[in-house]
Amino acid sequence: MSAIAAPLPTVPRESFLTQGYTIGSWLGTRDHKRIAILYAISITLFFFLGGTAAAIIRLELMTPQGDVVSADTYNKLFTLHGVVMVWFFLIPSIPATLGNFLVPLMIGAKEVAFPKLNLLSWYIYVLGGIFTVAMLIAGGVDTGWTFYTPFSTMFSNTHVVLAAMGVFIVGFSSILTGLNFIVTIHRMRAPGMTWFRLPLFVWALYATSLILVLATPVLAMTLTLMVIERVLHVGIFDPALGGDPLLFQHLFWFYSHPAVYIMVLPAMGVVSELITCFARKRIFGYRFMCYAILGIAAFGFLVWGHHMFVSGQSVYAGMVFSMLSMLVAVPSAIKVFNWTATLYKGSIVFTAPMLYALGFVGLFTIGGMTGIYLATLAVDVHLTDTYFVIAHFHYIMVGGSVMAYLGGIHYWWPKVTGRRYSEAWGRVAALIIFFGFNLTFFPQYLLGYLGMPRRYHEYPPDLQVLNVLSSAGASILAVGYVLPLLYLGWSLFKGAPAGPNPWNARGLEWATDSPPPQENFREVPTVTQEPYAYDPEHPER
Amino acid sequence: MNARVVPVDVPWRRETASLGMWVFLATEVMFFGVLFLAYMHARIVDPQGFAAASRLTHEWLGTINTGVLLTSSLTMALAVRNGWAGHRRLVIRLLWATAVLGLAFIVIKGIEYGLEWRDGLVPVLNFTYSGAHRRAVETFFFLYFLMTGVHAIHLTIGVILVAWLAIRDRDPARPVRRRESAECIGLYWHFVDSIWIVLYPLIYLVDLYR
Repeated sequence: MSAIAAPLPTVPRESFLTQGYTIGSWLGTRDHKRIAILYAISITLFFFLGGTAAAIIRLELMTPQGDVVSADTYNKLFTLHGVVMVWFFLIPSIPATLGNFLVPLMIGAKEVAFPKLNLLSWYIYVLGGIFTVAMLIAGGVDTGWTFYTPFSTMFSNTHVVLAAMGVFIVGFSSILTGLNFIVTIHRMRAPGMTWFRLPLFVWALYATSLILVLATPVLAMTLTLMVIERVLHVGIFDPALGGDPLLFQHLFWFYSHPAVYIMVLPAMGVVSELITCFARKRIFGYRFMCYAILGIAAFGFLVWGHHMFVSGQSVYAGMVFSMLSMLVAVPSAIKVFNWTATLYKGSIVFTAPMLYALGFVGLFTIGGMTGIYLATLAVDVHLTDTYFVIAHFHYIMVGGSVMAYLGGIHYWWPKVTGRRYSEAWGRVAALIIFFGFNLTFFPQYLLGYLGMPRRYHEYPPDLQVLNVLSSAGASILAVGYVLPLLYLGWSLFKGAPAGPNPWNARGLEWATDSPPPQENFREVPTVTQEPYAYDPEHPER
Repeated sequence: MNARVVPVDVPWRRETASLGMWVFLATEVMFFGVLFLAYMHARIVDPQGFAAASRLTHEWLGTINTGVLLTSSLTMALAVRNGWAGHRRLVIRLLWATAVLGLAFIVIKGIEYGLEWRDGLVPVLNFTYSGAHRRAVETFFFLYFLMTGVHAIHLTIGVILVAWLAIRDRDPARPVRRRESAECIGLYWHFVDSIWIVLYPLIYLVDLYR
């Protein structure tokens, strides 16, 4: 544990939380910190909605026969899981909650550049969410989260239009968040906060924002075309109408591959903050980390074709996309090596956030390495649409992004609420999640390698053992996800006051009260040093 | 150091707002980019069909509209420019000229849509074309109505914004000098104009030289 200053800290009497207690003071707020909390509540609801769908999927897969739900319902369940988890949880998760709360604090600003747009972005998110819930109540959609044509435009008799509208709308909330961050980071930095004094979390969100504003409109227009084709029976994706389904796939993945980096770059930013703080050591290769972040964002736009190796795109295109996909491994590996080098000779403290961060590094590495398998053309022909792919991207998105999100929530919890959570429970939950996650998804690598295809509710009986292990892991994972709700909720009322800087961390956000005052800083901070001035020889400093 | 904490001064606000506008326009480029890509793909699949379809368009109306819109960009640029110098009455006149030219574009576009309806070239609603390359002609006109329709929506928003600016500027208490709203609406207007500059050859000039 880090040292606590001698006089016991108290929760400050005035903070952003005390500026009005009415519902109106929350729903009409322009304070980026309150908007972050609105987002946190909404995405948590959607996380458990998507998680429930996953739980039923794993329950169905306990037995080789399709006995819990019908094949149609199963299709709707995995579509709901995908749509909700991707667009209503993972994409807004770190940027809209931790990012909204922390970016202005970290750069020493009073607010974001466009506070009204920031609130509007949350309302747009809610509207998109209403469409998605309406789709669910109306009876669901069975296309998979990818909405592939011509199935989505010609054959599916489920609520494709409602689902696509929900995704279309929520895209604009992402665009507004990205726009706000870009302008905020360019224009609102405190005196002395040069680009290379920015915390890596801010760099990561800057790169994420670039992807958000450049990729999301492509998805919006593509879904619009898909809906027009479905409703009016005229279009450009359906071969029966003179169109080309591959065009849809190209456009869809032109958004959805960069979207993977929207989900994982902010996680990398969080992990950089956690590791350097709890190793009590400045981050290794700070500038390389910045360039790696930008490199991943840029390369991310050039690799979408690796989702289409067996789609019938030209084999030469496949080869180029394969090579470019392998290149993404370079900046990713730079980041992993730099995190491990940061740990080397550090003064490591195994707090709950640090456990999540270390979990991230290991799981992200496994997820990344198996990505190389999938980027290899010939191997991918065998592995396409199997559980190997499912395991791979869950290692990145759940083992990576969700772990980092939870680590960040724990790390900045005292800053947001002004109170400390139970560190012991925090560690227990982190370990349960790590164990449950691996038990859920590692068997899926084996299942996929053995040839079990995704998106079926039945499978051959010899695959049952691995499926039961996976389902058992999912139930452990569920316990791990519910636990933080309990002890974090408890800490809101009973937690010990945290004081401004309970972790003894660097960074401007720790230089102000916890919770911060409405205007963030009582006086304009001036930055005179690098972001991570930790000293492993004197971890208490 | 280009960064400040308390955004009070006007040049700071103008630059911040215009950076926001530029980022927004980048999203718009990607938005229209999908349509351009779809157009390119369909045209490569059946170039003769697209040429045949393009011959059915009213290139004179399109050309007149190009002139109208380019002129409106000139008056918009002059309005922003004269705003810097603080010439209020001139600014208001130029803004109204811009709005009227934008409206003229929409009216001419409407006349063109009417002619296409008469010729039975509107997919889904009234499509009677039965010559060669029927499928490609239908796709062409589907994309034509989609692209020009989305463009016209943008232009309508632009006309409303410019008219709002012109009405607001009559209030002598408001400074016309260095306003971020004029700067941003100007950027938006030029963007809508430049989309049309791309649309014009894609729609009307495919086969004109033969």
